[in-house]
Amino acid sequence: MSGFVKIFGWPVLLALIVLVGLLGALVGDGPWDWLSWACLVAPLGVLAWVLVRRRR
Amino acid sequence: MLRPATIRVWSLVHKWTSLICTLFLLMLCVTGLPLIFEHEINDLTGHDRWRPANPGGPLMTYDQVLETALQRQPGHSPIFMSFDTDRPVVNVTSGPTADAVEAKMHFAPIDRTSGEGVPPTPAGGVMDFILQLHTDMFLGLAGMLFLGAMGLLFTASIISGVVVYAPFMRRLPFGAVRASRSPKIKWLDYHNVLGAVTFAWVLVVGVTGVINTLAVPITDSWKATALKDLAAPYQGKAMTTRRASVDAAVRTAQAAMPGMQVQFVAFPGSGYSTDHHYAVFLHGTTPLTQHLARPALIDAETGVLTAVQDMPLLSKTLSLSQPLHFGDYGGLPLKFLWAILDLLTIVVLSSGVYLWLASGRRRAVAIEPAEARS
Repeated sequence: MSGFVKIFGWPVLLALIVLVGLLGALVGDGPWDWLSWACLVAPLGVLAWVLVRRRR
Repeated sequence: MLRPATIRVWSLVHKWTSLICTLFLLMLCVTGLPLIFEHEINDLTGHDRWRPANPGGPLMTYDQVLETALQRQPGHSPIFMSFDTDRPVVNVTSGPTADAVEAKMHFAPIDRTSGEGVPPTPAGGVMDFILQLHTDMFLGLAGMLFLGAMGLLFTASIISGVVVYAPFMRRLPFGAVRASRSPKIKWLDYHNVLGAVTFAWVLVVGVTGVINTLAVPITDSWKATALKDLAAPYQGKAMTTRRASVDAAVRTAQAAMPGMQVQFVAFPGSGYSTDHHYAVFLHGTTPLTQHLARPALIDAETGVLTAVQDMPLLSKTLSLSQPLHFGDYGGLPLKFLWAILDLLTIVVLSSGVYLWLASGRRRAVAIEPAEARS
């Protein structure tokens, strides 16, 4: 795995998901809001996962 | 990979931009937290207990409402008229002159079913205090621009933080927290993982916050350019005192922009119109178009439509920066997510201060200390 992907893979992926979430709720209501909530829960879910699994 | 000398420069940028802005950013995060729920808190404190006098009864016209409001403020000129979306209430802002400063303005919400006044949300409460602190620290435009400068430093700190994140993470898997090591290493890891997962949100809220601090100059530049062109044919004419019907002006504007709803009306001489027009601002119904209002300028003497204006790019950017900063455009769940991300940002800021205090202050933060290697 290249150095960049190893270091920035997760942060960049999460950043893209968050941006989709932030813009999604602007586009419309209803399903767009759901999309936005799911996208913003993603970084919190990943955070919870690493804090449980990668704390040593 | 970056050379050590380059990383040293970035780490100095990260250290100093952060140190200068951190105290203000902590204040902004703490005051911002209750502001996310401002609407809900105002409802809880009685804002939503009000009921119209004659529910379902006939509604007064805008002209009647305006007349009622001005009778209660003799000698006042109308400045703005705005419309509540969830209740039959029209808000009339008036002042000794149409260009009165905000402190001299009188804000009168009026029940359209009876013409009676609606008790306004009590001013000067805790939420007002928090909002003022958050917006300009009670220092007016200078305070706003100062906080904007702090936001710019914060943006630089976020970007340099991303760069100096790399050398720390070269030997660590994403999200590793070495909790059994020294407090310094443990908090360095927390700082890094929290920064990494929140960075896109923090960057968006930070940059839109900076844009919001420029609201006054951006609105001024719109007035100085677009509005000036519309006022040019009237040069030399005295300010138009209100004549044409407001209801007719709103209908004319809506006919020019079908499907859009009226947001507010700015009267001649006010900050959002020329000396000779009603500016009727209409907006769409999706969260996006709701924030992109377009004014129809209507000659206040004849009631004839002069122009429908598209707002300039800067004003549109400002309009879209507001929801993206406040987080008020995706229901209550979005607000809770905003609050959690805000709290995580407080942890990133505080751990950053802790790491600086613990570093002995002489080393630049990102120079990978021997003990930080795992």
